[in-house]
Amino acid sequence: MARAVSTRRKIGFTVAAWVVALLIFFPILYTIITSFKSETEAIAGFSLVPSGTLESYAEVQAQSNYFKFFLNSVIIAVGSTILALVVAVPAAWSMAFSPTKRTKDILMWMLSTKMMPAVAVLVPIYLIFRDANLLDTRIGLTVMLMLINLPIVVWMLYTYFREIPGEILEAARMDGATLWGEIVYVLTPMAVPGIASTMLLNIILAWNEAFWTIRLTTTNAAPLTAFIASFSSPQGLFWAKLSAASTLAIAPILIMGWFSQRQLVRGLTFGAVK
Amino acid sequence: MKLNTLFLGLCGASALAFAAHAETITIATVNNGDMVRMQKLTDDFTTKNPDIQLEWVTLEENVLRERVTTDIATKGGQYDVMTIGTYEVPIWAKQQWLLPLDNLGADYDAADIIPAIAGGLSADGKLYAAPFYGESSFVMYRKDLMEKAGLTMPDAPTWEFIADAARKMTDRAAEINGICLRGKAGWGENMAFLTAMSNSFGARWFDEKWQPQFDQPEWKSTLQFYVDLMKDAGPSGASSNGFNENLALFQQGKCGMWIDATVAASFVSNPKDSTVADKVGYALAPDTGLGKRGNWLWAWSLGIPAGTQKAEAAQKFVAWATGKGYLDLVASKEGWANVPPGTRTSLYNNPEYQKAAPFAKMTLDSINSADPTKPTVKPVPYVGVQFVAIPEFQGLGTTVGQLFSAALAGQSSVDDALASAQTAAVREMTRAGYIK
Repeated sequence: MARAVSTRRKIGFTVAAWVVALLIFFPILYTIITSFKSETEAIAGFSLVPSGTLESYAEVQAQSNYFKFFLNSVIIAVGSTILALVVAVPAAWSMAFSPTKRTKDILMWMLSTKMMPAVAVLVPIYLIFRDANLLDTRIGLTVMLMLINLPIVVWMLYTYFREIPGEILEAARMDGATLWGEIVYVLTPMAVPGIASTMLLNIILAWNEAFWTIRLTTTNAAPLTAFIASFSSPQGLFWAKLSAASTLAIAPILIMGWFSQRQLVRGLTFGAVK
Repeated sequence: MKLNTLFLGLCGASALAFAAHAETITIATVNNGDMVRMQKLTDDFTTKNPDIQLEWVTLEENVLRERVTTDIATKGGQYDVMTIGTYEVPIWAKQQWLLPLDNLGADYDAADIIPAIAGGLSADGKLYAAPFYGESSFVMYRKDLMEKAGLTMPDAPTWEFIADAARKMTDRAAEINGICLRGKAGWGENMAFLTAMSNSFGARWFDEKWQPQFDQPEWKSTLQFYVDLMKDAGPSGASSNGFNENLALFQQGKCGMWIDATVAASFVSNPKDSTVADKVGYALAPDTGLGKRGNWLWAWSLGIPAGTQKAEAAQKFVAWATGKGYLDLVASKEGWANVPPGTRTSLYNNPEYQKAAPFAKMTLDSINSADPTKPTVKPVPYVGVQFVAIPEFQGLGTTVGQLFSAALAGQSSVDDALASAQTAAVREMTRAGYIK
């Protein structure tokens, strides 16, 4: 009897999970469907059956050089993630294994910077970029995205490092490991799953970031977010073309997310069941 | 053989060296049919000017406005040519953010620019942006439905006639709405339409002392008329409809009339996209007999920021893109119907254009009937037909647009919307120092 209830509950949870997943995925699915419609079809009303035309993709490709934007997205997302990890791993290590009275406060302060609306610092940041000749450069955008995602990276790594027993590091120290050796040869190998999931999440965040990537670039460093933004039209139908551009922009990150979903879920649920 | 190789090598090296020295200008623009077409035709420019390369940045209208404003205000120098509208030009020219266009070449023929458009893009008698395409607004209507309703559209209708016709043309069972008008909130969306409409009802945003006027009977007449008309003859969910949504409705045969940008005429009369292409008639925007019609004036134009280091190359490009030669180029490649409208008087005297664009005369008449320097029946201290050319208008216009959109959606009454608009306008104008 108990087993029957458990199975029923299991089915119920599975169905609920599918419904929620479909609800979340539906906007993306509808974007993909719309990309295979003509402009007239796209605005005609709700329909899940497209005519299958590829004209929007052809127009998008004719109007813009997708690969240039794609390359910029890859460089900026991966570059900012590597840079963030280089800074965040030692920071998280010190907070996890050598905490002080103020560690929690510092962590909270770091996170609180994420609560500030980006537009509030647009002009100062723009002026700094202008004076440092960083406007429309990949290096400038890489540093910017590293900085805005750094609090989340530090927090995630900190949470993960806290789960590693400190005794292991103490043992390494007793065996004569230097600080560098302790981080590189002991901590990092044990934390690889956590670092990997942090890295994946950061790549996704950097890939999707639209505020700064659109405002600090023009042509040389413009990533796929700028590519999408270029297909919105004030006068004339554009939904199908915009959907095609969006599909092309999210395709790489969707594929990457699909293959690395296990690490991603693990990264996102750290400490959730403690 | 060796000599040939050497010669070819030298040629290649020269070409590379030349390309390396070519000046690159960056152009910020919006994504619409005419701009996309221009990007495709730029080979003509680069062939004539091999020392100039072009880079394009295309953005959504509001993002573009924000981007170029940030860049020009901080002298970021990211753009050499900017696509801006008649709202920005007088404000930016006053701030000395734009270079005057006084070096467009001997054959540019600036006198050929339609006077109303040139006036909206000038300050102190100098042209600060060159129009790429210009527009007013007018009535597009279904001739077959008008005939079925037993009415004949005059060339210059009144609002009373429009309302009567809209109600008679409405057939909810057949999904035909008598009239489609903008309802989506925004200073460039519903407020462009409603401000132009209010001009014809004798209303104005501010009096001569910058006192907001939403508490005056003219605004009450405007908004009540609009809300009642849309309730009786407009489409459902009209408070979400902007240009593109109404365009789609009209093209699908679901609107008896549509009052919007003259540039829409080329879309609704294009049989490729429009199911009613051969049934569309055109008339001037309506009036109430007070001397002003409910039409606006707008031009997407090319301006050069004062901070550019490539002013000469930028002026060459602006002269090419907005000159008579460009109109001929588009006509030769894509036909006269696709030529960007509303900028040059000579285009409207061209018999080939008149033949290809049956809406040409009505477009020109609409543009000529709008006067940005005297937009209203009563005197005003501002310039602009469907906007007020002050920096505060973007925010204030959108706030008022949201209030009026809510009235259209039935979320508030007309009186409440007007009272809130008055409060918001008084607060903003006091804060900005217009009201002491």
